[in-house]
Amino acid sequence: MSGYGHDDDKPYGLVAEFDSVEDLTHAAEAARKAGFKKMDAYSPFPIHGLSEAIGFRDVKVPFMVFCGGLFGALAGYSLQYYVHVFDYPLNVGGKPLNSIPAMVPITFESTILCSALTAFFGMLATNGLPKPYHPIFNTPRFERASQDRFFLAIEATDPNYDPVRTRQFLLELNPLNVEEVRG
Amino acid sequence: MAVKEPLNDVLITGRQSYAAIDDSIGRLVLQPSVHKKPWWTLFLFGLMGTGMLVISIGWLLFQGIGIWGNNQPVAWAFDIVNFVWWIGIGHAGTLISAILLLLKQQWRNSINRFAEAMTIFAVMCAAMYPLLHTGRPWVAIYWLFPYPNILAMWPQFRSPLMWDVFAVSTYFTVSLLFWFMGLIPDFATLRDKAKNKYAKIALAIPALGWRGSNQHWHRYEQANLLLAGLSTPLVLSVHTIVSFDFAVSQVYGWNVTVFPPYFVAGAVFAGFAMVLNLAIPIRAWYNLKHLITMRHIDWMAKIMLATGLIVFYGYLLEVFFAWYGANPFEMKLLMDRFKGPYAWSYWALIFCNGIVPQLMWVPKLRQNLVVVWIVAFVVNVGMWLERFVIIPVSLTNNYLPSSNKMYYPTFWDFGMFFGTIGFFFFMMFLFVRFLPIINMFEVKDLWHRILEGTSKVEPSSEPTKAREEVAA
Repeated sequence: MSGYGHDDDKPYGLVAEFDSVEDLTHAAEAARKAGFKKMDAYSPFPIHGLSEAIGFRDVKVPFMVFCGGLFGALAGYSLQYYVHVFDYPLNVGGKPLNSIPAMVPITFESTILCSALTAFFGMLATNGLPKPYHPIFNTPRFERASQDRFFLAIEATDPNYDPVRTRQFLLELNPLNVEEVRG
Repeated sequence: MAVKEPLNDVLITGRQSYAAIDDSIGRLVLQPSVHKKPWWTLFLFGLMGTGMLVISIGWLLFQGIGIWGNNQPVAWAFDIVNFVWWIGIGHAGTLISAILLLLKQQWRNSINRFAEAMTIFAVMCAAMYPLLHTGRPWVAIYWLFPYPNILAMWPQFRSPLMWDVFAVSTYFTVSLLFWFMGLIPDFATLRDKAKNKYAKIALAIPALGWRGSNQHWHRYEQANLLLAGLSTPLVLSVHTIVSFDFAVSQVYGWNVTVFPPYFVAGAVFAGFAMVLNLAIPIRAWYNLKHLITMRHIDWMAKIMLATGLIVFYGYLLEVFFAWYGANPFEMKLLMDRFKGPYAWSYWALIFCNGIVPQLMWVPKLRQNLVVVWIVAFVVNVGMWLERFVIIPVSLTNNYLPSSNKMYYPTFWDFGMFFGTIGFFFFMMFLFVRFLPIINMFEVKDLWHRILEGTSKVEPSSEPTKAREEVAA
């Protein structure tokens, strides 16, 4: 497919198409054991154990959410503290200006709000979304990756990548097809 | 519509495949012809209601809240009754999407999208009331939201009403994010399934270029689990804080410590009733009986029964503490609820929320869709009455008996109430038309688990047969 203004001659990698979750997981595991690093699997739904099979581990999102939550808690409490103790002190029934119990609900809500915003936007940012174009979309029948087929892509940037030998390797993993994808 | 359907043991019935599941859900979006008379009827009903809402709000802003029946001492009436009622209905969506996710209840997969949409639209309806009951919402901005302004004024953060603003706005934002995040992979599926060029473009934009890669899913699952973990305390806090609006005050009948748990249970009770009211007809109209099965209906009816019992226990405790507290004003209010001019609403409440849900004990009645639907409808009416009994009826009794006054709603009170009901239906049926009403990828995941045999519910011979067919 051309017309996206990309260099069509540059190979993106080899993409194998599978019929089932089991075949994909098995292939991902075999590829990891064969020493491939730059690869990714594509499936219509999250597959339990696939990250382990492919050797992918990432804790950026939880870490970001922790920081977001911490920021939310501090910001929520500081706002109330600043307003009620410094900027606009108002004596209500002789209660202390810094009345901690009454400030808990808003601190709690702002913690949740900031964590949730970080979870959502952090997930998108670490995944590089929105991203309208990606070479993997040039794979024939890739529209089924969001429906009922499972794909494994070994990228050309992998040090072990070799157009002939990698194809040979993928063909042994019981795929429906192996295609070279450019773009 | 079959009135009685047998109880099944599997969460997805019939011979299925990933493609068949996608088709049965996706065709609601991609094939406009599946939307027939019921859709148009309810959509137009919703549109008329929305018109009513617009007129009611317009007249309210023009004339001020004097057009409502609120008076002194009944300063809070339909506006707050409807606010609490709507926000309660919303809670079932978060319960299904967050708490049941954490508890690994896989049956939630086919009802969560639907219930979350219900949450969002219900919170929209709810949020209108506190804003509009200020009379001039554009002025309300500076005492609701903390921003540095030239008046050098700040909101009073120690007030439950401010907690409410933060709780409801956080709840709406988080529900919306949670809902939209779940929709991204489904938009991608629909983008790939769509044949029409314009539909494809319209679906590709919200899909954000989702590729379904393992890295995407890995981070998606992390974020999803975190959002579920965050929403769980959030949903409990929201209705707790709503109940603080009352419980922290000094009005008798409101100043009750049982309010927070009993409000939360009431919210789940009303919410599940609304899910049942919407899901029972929709699964029949759109042939989704294989995804929203009798097992789902049965479990939802049981949750409705369980939370109904908690709510009823709350009613009993209110009576007990009014007597045990020995406060003459509170005792008078209680007697007024039993025998006063609003006694009809109290006894109707006991009938709707205390007696009618007990029908759900009978397994045969839980399999009778008409009975379940009627019980759910009665529960919704009952939950509205509960708020009516708590809010205006408590206020008609004052510490100074000379200022006791009856409350009569006006045409505009009803206009705005039915207006929001119309708006809710309007949004709900737009959702049915334009978005996948069942989470497609989660149902496919569930189907895979059923095939694999790791689903919590034991697979019967039926999916095993289907599995052989898929393999062949």
